[in-house]
Amino acid sequence: MSDLIPIVSVAEAALSEEKAALSGLNAVLSEAELTAIDREISHVPYRSAAAIDALKIVQSHRGWVSDENLRAIAHHLEMSAAELEGIATFYNLIFRRPVGNKVILLCNSISCWIKGCDNLQKKVSEQLGVDLGQTTPDNRYTLLPVTCLGACDKAPVMMVGDDLHEDVTEQAVQTLFGDHGGGGE
Amino acid sequence: MSLDRPLTRNVRPDRSPTDLAAYEANGGYRGLHGAIGKLTPSDCLQILKNSNLRGRGGAGFPTGMKWSFVPMDNPSGSHKYLICNADEMEPGTFKDRLLMECDPHQLIEGMILSAYTIQADVAYIFIRAEYIKATQLLREAIAACHDKGYLGKNILGTDYSLEMHVHVSAGRYICGEETALISALEGKRANPRAKPPFPQVSGLWGRPTIVNNVETLCNVHHIIERGADWFQSLGLTADAGTKMYGVSGRVKNPGCWELPIGTPVREILEDYAGGMEDGYQLRGFLPGGGSTDFLTTEHLDLAMDYDTIGKAGSRMGTGTMIILDDKTCPVGFVKNLVEFFARESCGFCTPCRDGLPWCAQVLDDIEQGRGLQEDMDTLARQVEFIGAMGNTHCALAPGAMEPLASGMKYFREDFQRHIDGAGCPWCDGGIH
Repeated sequence: MSDLIPIVSVAEAALSEEKAALSGLNAVLSEAELTAIDREISHVPYRSAAAIDALKIVQSHRGWVSDENLRAIAHHLEMSAAELEGIATFYNLIFRRPVGNKVILLCNSISCWIKGCDNLQKKVSEQLGVDLGQTTPDNRYTLLPVTCLGACDKAPVMMVGDDLHEDVTEQAVQTLFGDHGGGGE
Repeated sequence: MSLDRPLTRNVRPDRSPTDLAAYEANGGYRGLHGAIGKLTPSDCLQILKNSNLRGRGGAGFPTGMKWSFVPMDNPSGSHKYLICNADEMEPGTFKDRLLMECDPHQLIEGMILSAYTIQADVAYIFIRAEYIKATQLLREAIAACHDKGYLGKNILGTDYSLEMHVHVSAGRYICGEETALISALEGKRANPRAKPPFPQVSGLWGRPTIVNNVETLCNVHHIIERGADWFQSLGLTADAGTKMYGVSGRVKNPGCWELPIGTPVREILEDYAGGMEDGYQLRGFLPGGGSTDFLTTEHLDLAMDYDTIGKAGSRMGTGTMIILDDKTCPVGFVKNLVEFFARESCGFCTPCRDGLPWCAQVLDDIEQGRGLQEDMDTLARQVEFIGAMGNTHCALAPGAMEPLASGMKYFREDFQRHIDGAGCPWCDGGIH
């Protein structure tokens, strides 16, 4: 019996430590982020239902979602950080690692593949000095593959930031990224 | 105003969007004025049922029948939902983007009348994040409708009220599956759900919910305004209405056109897509997106409708064809699709999560010249296991097997050439 006492104390100590850590989490997110998240919460029946919106809001302010941000969002939504992590990592447009100022979404689905997107990707990689999933050292671009962008009559296509580029040629890639040093400078 | 091309009548040659004033000047929101408070929801449902409209997202389920499962004895104060599936991500599909970017109010009007028919009080447009322009236009259109009294409380002075929201997704192909979409809208991982219960009875937040594709909903107000007979008369075959058909691949004029449903494949390919690019021959085509079975040159005179394409062993799917030419390797073509579906599996059930990467690996081996004869048996066995409906939780994995199974059937000599080590002129020296 007596063995149980320290275990309970340890658990209690861990709980109060966690509580202290959690109250610190309130300060992690900005007023603007919290206001935007609360607006989403007001549309849904329970707080955790705003999980994806909350992740997107924080990402729109910071470019990505760090571990600390993730824990703070989970706390605010009254859900476990593990559950929110499961959601965050499910969606390809929630970034759990820092990305460059512009994300390049290169379509590699069938119509773009027929029209040579593999060679196009090689050209972009060569021009920027990064492979798929990587960010240029100057933090300007992150190169990612993406599912069919719904512009197959203009294949091959890619997005650079918010802009859709259609009928992309290697020459166009050269023009777009020509001023970029590439090669890990 | 073109009566026989209702969906694209406001689409301008330069594809600039139609605003509220231009939309109304061309007869827009006349369906809304004629129906809300003047026709009962059950009148509207009857017109829809009589029209024989079938879901344009790929499955072709009769829309009126789908809606008829929504309980109408809803206690007041409890919600019902209408969701527009604008998560267009099926490989080779590019029709909903055009409808939303060129004529956003058509979708909004269709949604208002659809929501009225099922007496939904909240509507969502679930749109993929990459459709930035469409998202902005739809939000502007919703705001304009609020100002006009077409949305919000007491629409046109009646006791019918509807709120409409645009939900921008965070990615993943599986969100296009209706129950996965509902999971995503609830803020969860987008895992599909077992049916029953069907969403019509227990969908978003456990409430009655209808999910329909953009093109389907765009048809609704035209049908209610002009009637079921008019809609039936648009089709060339047993199916009703028009269809957004598209062609991509090595044709002279890739694009998307609204044509009478049942237009022959050859007419779409030759008259609209301009035939094959110079120097390329047609070998086969997927009739309606990446998860449909190959058809070949022997099927060119078939009508593009649900039943005809179904009887030929494929599906009309989204109606946007992907062309396989004679200088593109069929093994590489199929591998690209299977890799896509393997990547996009939600990971919930084993045949999909483990079976699709296995197939992709075997296809890679074959394409790269490491294939063995028994690999063809492995693929055939996987097609049998994964392709059988009921072995997986949703249709993603069976869909992935459609181009694989039919590719092995129609282009077996190409697979064999790779296995025999004879190389592939298109893999080795081509653009891929």
